[in-house]
Amino acid sequence: MAVITSGVDTGRKVRWTIIDVVVVVYALVPVLWILSLSFKTKATLGDGNFIPREWSLQNYADIFTTNEFLLALVNSIGIALIATAIAVVLGTMAAYAIARLEFPGKSALVGFSLLVAMFPQVSLVSPLFDIERSLNLFDTWPGLILPYITFALPLAIYTLSAFFREIPWELEKAAKMDGATPGQAFRRVIAPLAAPGVFTTAILVFIFCWNDFLFAISLTSTTRSRTVPAALQFFTGASQFESPTGQICAAAVVITIPIVLFVLFFQRRIVAGLTSGAVKG
Amino acid sequence: MAEIVLDKVTKRYPDGALAVNEVNIEIADGEFIILVGPSGCGKSTTLNMIAGLEDITEGELRIGGQRVNERAPKDRDIAMVFQSYALYPHMTVRENMAFPLRLAKVDNATVEKKVTEAAKILDLTQHLDRKPSNLSGGQRQRVAMGRAIVRSPKAFLMDEPLSNLDAKLRGQMRTSVSRLQKQLGTTTVYVTHDQTEAMTLGDRVVVMRGGVVQQIGAPQFLYDHPANLFVAGFIGSPSMNFMPATLENGALSTPLGQVALGDRVRSAAEKANAPREVILGVRPEHFEDAAVLDEAAKARGSVFTAQVDVLESMGSEKYAYFTVDGEQASSAELAELAADSGSADVPSSGSQLVTRLSAASGATEGGSVQVWFDTEKVQLFDPSDGRNLTYSAE
Ligand SMILES: Nc1ncnc2c1ncn2[C@@H]1O[C@H](COP(=O)(O)OP(=O)(O)O)[C@@H](O)[C@H]1O
Ligand SMILES: [Mg+2]
Repeated sequence: MAVITSGVDTGRKVRWTIIDVVVVVYALVPVLWILSLSFKTKATLGDGNFIPREWSLQNYADIFTTNEFLLALVNSIGIALIATAIAVVLGTMAAYAIARLEFPGKSALVGFSLLVAMFPQVSLVSPLFDIERSLNLFDTWPGLILPYITFALPLAIYTLSAFFREIPWELEKAAKMDGATPGQAFRRVIAPLAAPGVFTTAILVFIFCWNDFLFAISLTSTTRSRTVPAALQFFTGASQFESPTGQICAAAVVITIPIVLFVLFFQRRIVAGLTSGAVKG
Repeated sequence: MAEIVLDKVTKRYPDGALAVNEVNIEIADGEFIILVGPSGCGKSTTLNMIAGLEDITEGELRIGGQRVNERAPKDRDIAMVFQSYALYPHMTVRENMAFPLRLAKVDNATVEKKVTEAAKILDLTQHLDRKPSNLSGGQRQRVAMGRAIVRSPKAFLMDEPLSNLDAKLRGQMRTSVSRLQKQLGTTTVYVTHDQTEAMTLGDRVVVMRGGVVQQIGAPQFLYDHPANLFVAGFIGSPSMNFMPATLENGALSTPLGQVALGDRVRSAAEKANAPREVILGVRPEHFEDAAVLDEAAKARGSVFTAQVDVLESMGSEKYAYFTVDGEQASSAELAELAADSGSADVPSSGSQLVTRLSAASGATEGGSVQVWFDTEKVQLFDPSDGRNLTYSAE
């Protein structure tokens, strides 16, 4: 009996392992390939070897020799961080109101914010271009931060209100009865419990801003505000017959690093099931 | 000085629902008062208005002689125990209990002292550094109580604090809640839908129905002198038996036969202008097996013969169930009670009669037995408005 059970278990384990490996390989091969390309020399770039025969850091050295990439990196980090901070703060307040309060037009608000998320962004590029030109926002940080907030907010509100709904209402009443002002109740009871939601949302919004290419390419024109995804397009090879593939790959690897760091930093704060034990159970 | 007075307090929710209607209750300092009634009758709403978690639509709430309608919960100096306990999951037991003191900016040494003290009373000392998620239901309940008692508030409010515990633990906690309240002597308002808790815990009980107070009084008084059909049916377990009856010339024809009413009942019914059609109410313990009674005792009541459907022997007593032919007594109050207890869903022909007989009774299941009941103790109710026609305040 026991043998049969463990046989079934082994079979399941093997099946799941295979599925997992397939998924991971499928997702990681392109990334590893880019990593491999970034370490190849120009001569061996097209040799089709997965593991570079000659290792070289030349591509990395190249992208950091000009200011172009560094400035783009600064723009990217600055714009994404500011947009994330504002979107998460606004989103937290809006989501709290949606989860906790009854007010006229609540469902309309939620509906509208979802509509914003569904709106095809491409169709907004040319009007935004015109608007920003006349408002002198074109090719500035706020020129990108504003649309990023707009498009990140629905995402933030939606994720956060799901988290707020999970927090038992009675905890807030209990805090009030224990003598807390609404502000204290929010700071000392609700906020700590909502933290995993806030961090999750921050990660998602940051990735959205960091990866955006459409607005970055359309609403910028110089290194003043061009972010990395847009800047990559302006890389040129040493001559016009040479493609900058290696450098683009190196840049792609470099810009992945902040995201990984960002996720690792916040992931430790995301403790699932933090609210368990609040109520009966 | 912390008596609580509800003066014609009314609550109308924004959606128009009238949850509490002109409730008047005067709760004395140190009193343990129970709000009881079926679910949805407005108990929690009343409690939340006292707490300050719900606005009072009309009327006045006074605590210690002062109007507090407009005060925020934190300025009322009242502690509350929630049905779900509402413990802060990110804090340890110690931090949970210390939270109200920290908010009140009490110094560390005093916080430590009070928390330790409360933990000792509630037997939580060895759990102080654990998180609520690692505690059992009973322990969580005690932490919730601890959080309420640490800051020695003017009053405790408890909203069905034991209803999430299993039956055995609930019985134990019931006694400890009662002991704790006596020990602290703090005014307590306790909400429950369980009539056993209401009977055993409180100094006085407030029975509510549909947002309206039905009767206020000591548990035994409500049991002996229910003001109406609803209170009579709600208080007592097993509950009072109700049958339709006709009152004529001081005699009562009932499904249990002709009954000659005792003097007390007859004069009370006359004074109350009793209608012809009434509802007869008899408590299970006012029945007895006629065979175990002497003639003198038998003469004080009425005897009928019936076949026992089910017999439950408890050792110290026997519960005999009979089916009474004819129509069931019907009234809005009884329908609501039946719906609340779920017995409306149980199909039955005729009405069921529950009687408590002494252990000496020779009744057998399926056998016929002569049953006596005390006609001095019966109650008559008006089917149209449920009022007790035999009510007397003594
Ligand atoms: N927030 C609310 N909005 C509208 N109606 C409510 C609200 N809370 C409770 N009610 C209604 O008020 C009545 C009393 O509710 P409640 O006080 O919770 O009853 P109980 O605690 O006795 O079960 C119920 O009919 C309920 O539907
Ligand atoms: Mg309730």
